[in-house]
Amino acid sequence: MKITFPHMGNTYIPIKALFDDLGVETVVPPKCSKKTLELGTKYAPELICLPLKINLGNYIESIEKGADTIAIVGSCGPCRFGYYSEVQKEILRDLGYNVEIVVLEIPEGDIVEFCNRIGKITNTKNPIKIMKCFANAMKVLRKINGFEEKVLRLRPYEVNKGDIDELYHQLVKKLEDSTGSKAMIHHMDWAMGRLQEVPLDRKRDVLKVGIVGEIYTVIDDFSNLDIGKKLNDMGVEVHKSLSAGEWMTDVIYYRSIGTSRERRIWDAAEPYVQVCIGGHGRETIGNTVRYAEEGYDGVIQLMPFTCMPEIVSMSIMPKVQEEKNIPVLSLMIDEMTGEAGYQTRLEAYIDLLRNRREKNKSKKSN
Amino acid sequence: MTARVGIPRGLLYYYYGPLWTKFFKCLDAEVIISAPTNKKIVEMGVKNTVDEACLPVKVYHGHVMDLVDRKVDYIFLPRLMSVYRNEYICPKFCGLPEMVNHSIKKLPIMIQPTIDFRKSKKDLSKIVWEVGSYFTKDIRKIEGAFQEALKNYYRYKEALGKGWLPIDMLKGDRDQSMHQNICHRDKVALLGHPYNLYDAYISMNIIEKLRSHQLDVLTPECMDKIVINQKAATMDKKMFWSFGRKIIGTALHVMEQEEVRGIIYLSSFGCGLDSVIADIVERRIRRHSNKPFALLTLDEHTGEAGMDTRIEAFVDMIKWRRNHENYFSTHGQYIHTH
Repeated sequence: MKITFPHMGNTYIPIKALFDDLGVETVVPPKCSKKTLELGTKYAPELICLPLKINLGNYIESIEKGADTIAIVGSCGPCRFGYYSEVQKEILRDLGYNVEIVVLEIPEGDIVEFCNRIGKITNTKNPIKIMKCFANAMKVLRKINGFEEKVLRLRPYEVNKGDIDELYHQLVKKLEDSTGSKAMIHHMDWAMGRLQEVPLDRKRDVLKVGIVGEIYTVIDDFSNLDIGKKLNDMGVEVHKSLSAGEWMTDVIYYRSIGTSRERRIWDAAEPYVQVCIGGHGRETIGNTVRYAEEGYDGVIQLMPFTCMPEIVSMSIMPKVQEEKNIPVLSLMIDEMTGEAGYQTRLEAYIDLLRNRREKNKSKKSN
Repeated sequence: MTARVGIPRGLLYYYYGPLWTKFFKCLDAEVIISAPTNKKIVEMGVKNTVDEACLPVKVYHGHVMDLVDRKVDYIFLPRLMSVYRNEYICPKFCGLPEMVNHSIKKLPIMIQPTIDFRKSKKDLSKIVWEVGSYFTKDIRKIEGAFQEALKNYYRYKEALGKGWLPIDMLKGDRDQSMHQNICHRDKVALLGHPYNLYDAYISMNIIEKLRSHQLDVLTPECMDKIVINQKAATMDKKMFWSFGRKIIGTALHVMEQEEVRGIIYLSSFGCGLDSVIADIVERRIRRHSNKPFALLTLDEHTGEAGMDTRIEAFVDMIKWRRNHENYFSTHGQYIHTH
């Protein structure tokens, strides 16, 4: 059995660590490229959201490299993500690929089936081993998320432009070449240490922007055209409201004991939305409110074209902007998104934020 | 003075219209349904919604604005999250009240109960009371009104089961002779969401157009519930959208029916559910049957002429197939040798 999985930013690294530890052979899909997207766009339904197209491209490229099993997580609505596995199954079948798709979810509360599925892809029946490997993989995930977060915060301050990027590339290279969570954690600790030593110029006048929206486009730098780096280069500190690690901890740990860290985000969203509208629609509103309260200069909402929950939150945004006095830029991304146009919109938005800050400063000094 | 309650003629009005209307009437309120969709309503809707929303949601905003213009006292805009166990309707329905409240100004009092039967229906009586209490404090009257409304709704559903379509029923045009006429003709299955199919303006009157070509139209609403549920259950993963379940079940059922000559899927641009369901339906139909299938996508720019051409081409194909008993020439050859 050779197992493959989608990229989703850097999330493929901890997933690889998990299967390495379990002793399952993996095929990491080739780095997302234009070809990946082309493959996905060609075979996926026209109006489906971008993540499915990228995933499909990933799978096809992996299958060409010899993968025969696909592992993905599932959900049960109301967002389309819950039916990804079925659509992909139909498409891959019509393309003549004989692969098995294992969806990691609890179908209609059927725990036995869930365990069967886990057993199918983990090569072991020992639950303690599975739990242990999983815990290690989570550690890798949290570390890599922590590193990414730091990069986005520090990059605008670096004295020698490119220091942090180089370190980042080195780390990813090392992680891709290593096997198992232990080696990966070692590399990440090394990189974290190096990151502290990068010379910084803290005196710079740097803007702060929060990123909210649909989780895949927020996390995956291929689909959002590396918005983090683009903003950092314009002298903007970036914080992403969602990360795979936090999401996993939330789904697996907090929700199972009947509580949620999302509670505080929901409380912030309370005046605008009271119920779950699927995906991360409610969190988008909640996080925007929280960024406004924490004194961020602006918020960027990212979503794939036709994303249902984000369209709902997008229509609530004008009110949030007005009441919380924070400019929000909503960006829709699909396979047709051109980099130059995207860059121009970001630049215009950042100019606006800068002018706003200057204005506020002069108002205060008067 | 009686209270004037406005109900937008959009989205699930085509499903629950008889229930809602009767309920408010029994509570002595004057019920005002917004005008049938027209150009002005679509334009108002498009202007007041985010660009990326789907056509039916935009049109719904237009209907709300139409009611605002008519100066109603209340607008009934329920948040329909889920009406069946473990199923959803659509994320946009969950956030519909927010979308409307934040995009349209000068709204009257909004009656926005949350209907969420995903876990259980135990909240039903509370919801009924919540809505009724806008008009009377008399619990027995509310209860009585709801029973009347339910009766009206069941009558409506029963008629649907007999082959009536909501488009005939809501028009109030119960011409029995017409119904008898339309039996025993070739059948075409028309799939899609009820608010696309039965809104004559959005759908460009596709049902009447097909009927005028001597075809009988079958929609998910006139199927036997048990049959389509069974068919939908054959999917590997439970379909968690109620409309998705109905459409997939219908598609899987009609594709095995001899008398159904063709299948048309009417979808609206930007519909998240359709992007998934239409694709699965199309693949299944192509794989397991030889019935013609057409996917028609609607948006606010769709020209009627283009739609007519596609419908006519589809109908022609069906007729040829019948006349030639599915015997087709291979590419470049004639069907008849002489």
